[in-house]
Amino acid sequence: MKRAALFRTLFRTLFAGLATAALSAAALADSSLLNVSYDPTRELYQEFNAEFAKHWKASTGETVTIKASHGGSGKQARAVIDGLEADVVTLALAYDIDEIAEQSKPPKLAADWQKRFANNSAPYTSTIVFLVRKGNPKNIKDWDDLVRPGIEVITPNPKTSGGARWNYLAAWAYGLKKFGNDEARAKAFVGDIFKHVPVLDSGARGSTNTFVQRGIGDVLLAWENEAFLSINELGPDKFEIVAPSLSILAEPPVAVVDAVAKKHGTEKLAKAYLDYLYSPAGQKIAAKNYYRPRHPEQADPKDVARFVKINLITIDDVFGGWQKTQKLHFSDGGVFDQIYAPSAK
Amino acid sequence: MAAISHRAGGDPAARFESRAATREAPWVKWTLIGVSLAFFALFLLMPLAAVFVEALRKGWETYIAAIVLPDTLSAIKLTLIAAGIAVPLNLVFGVAAAWAIAKFEFRGKHFLTALIDLPFSVSPVIAGLVYVLMFGAHGWFGPWLYEHDIKIIFAVPGIVLATVFVTFPFVARELIPLMQAQGRDEEEAAVVLGANGWRTLWHVTLPNIRWGLIYGVILCNARAMGEFGAVSVVSGHIRGETNTLPLHVEILYNEYQFAGAFAVASLLALLALVTLGIKTWVEYRAARTGQDDASS
Repeated sequence: MKRAALFRTLFRTLFAGLATAALSAAALADSSLLNVSYDPTRELYQEFNAEFAKHWKASTGETVTIKASHGGSGKQARAVIDGLEADVVTLALAYDIDEIAEQSKPPKLAADWQKRFANNSAPYTSTIVFLVRKGNPKNIKDWDDLVRPGIEVITPNPKTSGGARWNYLAAWAYGLKKFGNDEARAKAFVGDIFKHVPVLDSGARGSTNTFVQRGIGDVLLAWENEAFLSINELGPDKFEIVAPSLSILAEPPVAVVDAVAKKHGTEKLAKAYLDYLYSPAGQKIAAKNYYRPRHPEQADPKDVARFVKINLITIDDVFGGWQKTQKLHFSDGGVFDQIYAPSAK
Repeated sequence: MAAISHRAGGDPAARFESRAATREAPWVKWTLIGVSLAFFALFLLMPLAAVFVEALRKGWETYIAAIVLPDTLSAIKLTLIAAGIAVPLNLVFGVAAAWAIAKFEFRGKHFLTALIDLPFSVSPVIAGLVYVLMFGAHGWFGPWLYEHDIKIIFAVPGIVLATVFVTFPFVARELIPLMQAQGRDEEEAAVVLGANGWRTLWHVTLPNIRWGLIYGVILCNARAMGEFGAVSVVSGHIRGETNTLPLHVEILYNEYQFAGAFAVASLLALLALVTLGIKTWVEYRAARTGQDDASS
């Protein structure tokens, strides 16, 4: 009988626990903004969010909580389409925001979203560089070196990662320049690079971990900011950055998700948040976190000096914009699928 | 298990060793034991130790600091909420399902048994995606939910739903064989003596299955707190809001906060150790009550 009593107490405790849990789930904060972003911006927005909250409090007296979500750019766009209630999105490339505009029904933002903010709605830019092991033991200087026998190249999967698409396009642009705009030879060149890739991670941070933590590969094709960050976090004595002779101007764009902001009543706040990225304070934080500021004169000269001058091409000039590029290269059966066949290895 | 056979029929190992016909050469014995222990140490003990060593690498202060961060506390809270809802639900429905399957004959019984096993056989990622397809903005119920401003996916309810789904079989699976082995004689006797259904359940069925039930609940709880795949799909990864402990570990690791990641991981490892402790205790109690019943 004593045991039966013990047993009943156990049940009662469990149900009491359930009731308290249900009650505490109801309490949530009010004036808040959700920024859905891509992988490598974690550190940037951690600092920027705190700064913006301070600025907003000083100028309007309102307390605001900025919530953040990070992941692969394409995956994050998918989540917003599926109903993740982002007030603003800050993704790796314009195509992912285009997808949100196109695929969400009713459209969550207008098709001309990229004209809402200055500089193609990209308050900061980046580019693609090489991260190699200290002392550059394999002597990797430029894109040609990636296809030398025995070189292992690490890059994420262009199907899922925004950064990887920039990697791929930068390599392609170099191929075009080298072979005098011969598309077929550029394609063979990029295909050759992907034959040197032992593992394709799904996101930029995953690839960085593969190269840096697990020690796989001779060279990592990375966002410039990601490369700087790895050196900073994991020791300048282990890695160094190599700037190739030609790379691509990567413009990670930002946008207010109109439908969600309207529903939450955060339209003004969301716009002010993104505008603040263009302000001297925002530009300074971007440069500090290794993103190239649009207005270098507003950032700390010491930070700006870290960026090497590279010959940068743009996606509009060489590839005719993201819509066209995505369809030709990264759709199912597109050029990337033709050149990358894992089974052939 | 070993404890039971130990008491039941003398020491079989000793009996085995004492006869020349069944005795192995010492080197065989020690090699087998050595290999097993080395395997155990390499694949189970070392990773467990590594979690704690890494967590405390930068000292207790960093450890505590990582745990009391608002984001970590909110992850702990969310994990407790999810488990606090999933476990009691699975307790009630698991007992009901096991009772129906073990004590009654009806059409579609095999189908029901297979259905209960479904969460074991599908990948957790699929479990998460199923909920996105149902409750996502473009899912079956998405537009209706949006109109009524009810958030399921990328919010706490979605996480609870996914947790309930993946932990569903634990209680029922633990109870069905136990109840089947016990048969329904005692319940039939109770009914013949005039007890109603409710009273039969409380005074006959539940006391008989109590240790199996507690064991099932413990396993269910461990999985509910540790689930990663399904929860990751429906979470939306909003910091301080929809990150459970396992998701938070991944985030910290990806942000180069290794000490923090391992500190939070050590919480989950501690949970596993506590679970293991309770499980051993339950098994010990179950063996003892089994013996009491047999001797009385």
